[in-house]
Amino acid sequence: MLLKHEPHPQQIKTEKLYQQMGLSDEEFTMVETILGRTPNWTETGLFSVMWSEHCSYKNSKPVLKKFPTSGEKVLQGPGEGAGIVDIGDGQAVVFKIESHNHPSAIEPYQGAATGVGGIIRDIFSMGARPIALLNSLRFGELDSARVNYLFKEVVAGIAGYGNCIGIPTVGGEVQFEPCYEGNPLVNAMCVGLIHHEDIKKGQAHGLGNTVMYVGAKTGRDGIHGATFASEELTEQSDEKRPAVQVGDPFMEKLLLEACLELIQSDALVGIQDMGAAGLASSSSEMASKAGMGIEMNLDLVPQRETGMTAYEMMLSESQERMLIVVKKGREQEIVDLFKKYDLEAVAIGKVTDDKQFRLYHKGEVVADIPVDALAEEAPVYHKPSKEPAYFAEFQAMTSEVPQVTDVKETLIQILSQPTVASKEWVYEQYDYMVRTNTVVSPGSDAAVVRIRGTRKALAMTTDCNSRFVYLDPETGGKIAVAEAARNIVCSGAEPLAITDNLNFGNPEKPEVFWQIEKSADGISEACRVLETPVIGGNVSLYNETSGTAIYPTPVIGMVGLVTDLDHITTQPFKNSGDLIYLVGETKQEFGGSELQKLLHNGRVFGKAPELNIHLEKERQDQVLAAIRAGVVQSAHDLSEGGLAVALAECLFGGKQLGAKVNINGDPVTALFSETQSRFLLSVKKADQQQFESLVAAQLIGEVNQTGRLQVATNEKMILEAEVAELETAWKGAIPCLLKLRD
Amino acid sequence: MCRTLKFAVIVFPGSNCDVDMYHAIKDELGEEVEYVWHDTSSLEEYDGILLPGGFSYGDYLRTGAIARFSKVMQAVIKAADDGKPILGVCNGFQILLEAGLLPGAMRRNESLSFICKPVELKVESSTTMFTNAYQEGQTITIPVAHGEGNYYCDEETLAKLKANHQIVFTYRRNPNGSLENIAGIINEKGNVLGMMPHPERAVDTLLGSADGLKIFQSIVKTWREAHVVKA
Repeated sequence: MLLKHEPHPQQIKTEKLYQQMGLSDEEFTMVETILGRTPNWTETGLFSVMWSEHCSYKNSKPVLKKFPTSGEKVLQGPGEGAGIVDIGDGQAVVFKIESHNHPSAIEPYQGAATGVGGIIRDIFSMGARPIALLNSLRFGELDSARVNYLFKEVVAGIAGYGNCIGIPTVGGEVQFEPCYEGNPLVNAMCVGLIHHEDIKKGQAHGLGNTVMYVGAKTGRDGIHGATFASEELTEQSDEKRPAVQVGDPFMEKLLLEACLELIQSDALVGIQDMGAAGLASSSSEMASKAGMGIEMNLDLVPQRETGMTAYEMMLSESQERMLIVVKKGREQEIVDLFKKYDLEAVAIGKVTDDKQFRLYHKGEVVADIPVDALAEEAPVYHKPSKEPAYFAEFQAMTSEVPQVTDVKETLIQILSQPTVASKEWVYEQYDYMVRTNTVVSPGSDAAVVRIRGTRKALAMTTDCNSRFVYLDPETGGKIAVAEAARNIVCSGAEPLAITDNLNFGNPEKPEVFWQIEKSADGISEACRVLETPVIGGNVSLYNETSGTAIYPTPVIGMVGLVTDLDHITTQPFKNSGDLIYLVGETKQEFGGSELQKLLHNGRVFGKAPELNIHLEKERQDQVLAAIRAGVVQSAHDLSEGGLAVALAECLFGGKQLGAKVNINGDPVTALFSETQSRFLLSVKKADQQQFESLVAAQLIGEVNQTGRLQVATNEKMILEAEVAELETAWKGAIPCLLKLRD
Repeated sequence: MCRTLKFAVIVFPGSNCDVDMYHAIKDELGEEVEYVWHDTSSLEEYDGILLPGGFSYGDYLRTGAIARFSKVMQAVIKAADDGKPILGVCNGFQILLEAGLLPGAMRRNESLSFICKPVELKVESSTTMFTNAYQEGQTITIPVAHGEGNYYCDEETLAKLKANHQIVFTYRRNPNGSLENIAGIINEKGNVLGMMPHPERAVDTLLGSADGLKIFQSIVKTWREAHVVKA
């Protein structure tokens, strides 16, 4: 075995080797001050990963502080593996979203798969049973071979992991824009269910308690993954492929079942996933959160390869591993429990009370660091912020109604845009039914998963229209939260809380930092008014390729509570003769719309649609009240493509229904404007009076059996189309773009 | 006078439809059911054996190729010899093929992708102990969720399957490329059924379909008839 010679401390300093690991000169000097000496190779590595943006949030912390994080139902806010919200009857919902963008950009299958694996571990490390997965994906346009490859492999990777471990992938979203061509976004969300008394934390309490390592062995994969996630992608990024881990969902299934059995044992003190920065972050964070120290002997760490150094073991991001702290003297019980699942559980260290992080390897101390310095005291940067020039330019533009000559053809073209088109090709690869609780499958506004043995269910969605965030980060941030809540309400649920994934470019650019700040302001305001606190999330910065940033993309993952299964509502129209209502007035708003993008070769400009968050809240409350009163047959929110797309989508699904609608005003605005805070509902005639007493809505038409969509303005027909023709275009678009036409 | 049936749901490392199978029996069928870990050596106490879907041992090799060496499989073979009803769904079907309890083999789906969706099946035979609550030729809707459901066997085997009416379910629209649209087959003796679609996912209209429940009801009905005669 080749022995690697690690550089000496002096060499690290004089040759500035720490820079390769992402530490700045100032940061290295800080480390020297903390230690009172020059760090060795292992210690330099530990600081570099723990102080990376991915682990320390050093650039985003000042922004994250803005978020409202508390509420009467919040049992756990940000800071642990995942946030937790009370849902009554002693039950709670646990959820979090996380990104795996950079790994997916260079190794899409494994990047996406391990993203799923990581977020699942965050959920069951809290003691919760994972019950559903969602995702939020962004790719370039499907006109290049590279993007097709990334799209196919990411979907296959998500499917490969989720299907095998047996957690249904019930929802998500996919958006295609040129800005994601070199830097796709892969955000995965997991939702779990827990009883209050089972909630566990990642804390290493109790002097002398034993630190145990459980799950897969440690290999050399993923070393410096967290650092890699915290820098821009370049032409050389392909060389970082070894920093991408390989997933083993079977191993994780065993680990999941074993850990959920472990949760019931009173020998367990604390548990944390070895995610980003692996053993380094899990051990130091657990000790630091408990106000304790930790000591580990790395000779005892199960290793997949021979000759691993301390540096490699601490920084490896091998998957499917957990760190647990158990009561001293109870180790054998834990070993036996894991043995049933053919898993290793090995004592590798103990909890100390000197607040030091101390590692031994081959009889020597290889790291001795104040644990808080590593886990808590990374420098925090208040980056300069500057409004980008484009913003003022967009704000100064006046809104114009685009020229549309053929309304039907335009609608077909919009329905064929991959962002709008049916995602059947995607979600049919996901097992969205396993565990047999999925009441509302992918393709609806929000997925709904029942809670077995109760009348309750959970609604869940991921949303972010990044075009709006690009045009106006503050308004766009608000819209992302409002749209998520609208989707939750349409399914018959009350929004509970959000998790957010802040995907942005390089924060060292003042214009990018401004986008981060502004969108956080928007998200915060919307969350306060809609009463959906932020209970956790993830930050992914440096999403740039060759110097060009993605659209700012703060993805919102929201969960809502359905208090009775009877309230569950879906988007398709149900019966001929039902009345069609539009909630909310329509303004001339085309900035960032599908129509604008279509007519301007993919370019968006101008103002984002306005959002009055108080009005939004009022309408959501009314719609939910009507749903709960049992007078709403179907509900759908208006989003990309406006009313025309929403009407078409309500008719899809093979029921041969049609609709005749009459609206006022300019036809193009009425059909394609993307004004916010609007809903499309259908109501039985018998319920008309009661519905109208609950919701301020405009009656615009009626469902019929013609199989045709007919829209008139001021009694003049402006759109007439066979639903089947529209549906064929909508369903066929993505397979066609992927050249998979049967 | 009529005791409840006791079903075993076999749990291999990596099984993930075990919970669904368990609840289908307990909540919807109302019979007794227990999870049985793969290292069990006797299934004497059970009246029916259910092999659930999932990814046993990760299925990194061929699907079911490792699970068939599990200790419990000797007991499953014994139960089959004893004439007990044995139902293998999805990965359970794949394991039955690997164990030689059913003829043929599985290939990857023609699309090379995993496919999850409700599909229409034709009940080809309603005289089996698993399907006697259906009408022959009836169309039922049951979901599929698999990456390797593309059933194949040689011509001789196919001829035998046909001659003995061993093809129990076929797809109305073939989702995976399987030979002759085969979705489920039974052994010659008529007590071992393997099928790719998941009947345990179709036992509650809240989730879209309850068409799968009759498979379990058929087992119970057959068992009760046999045991009333004995008594």
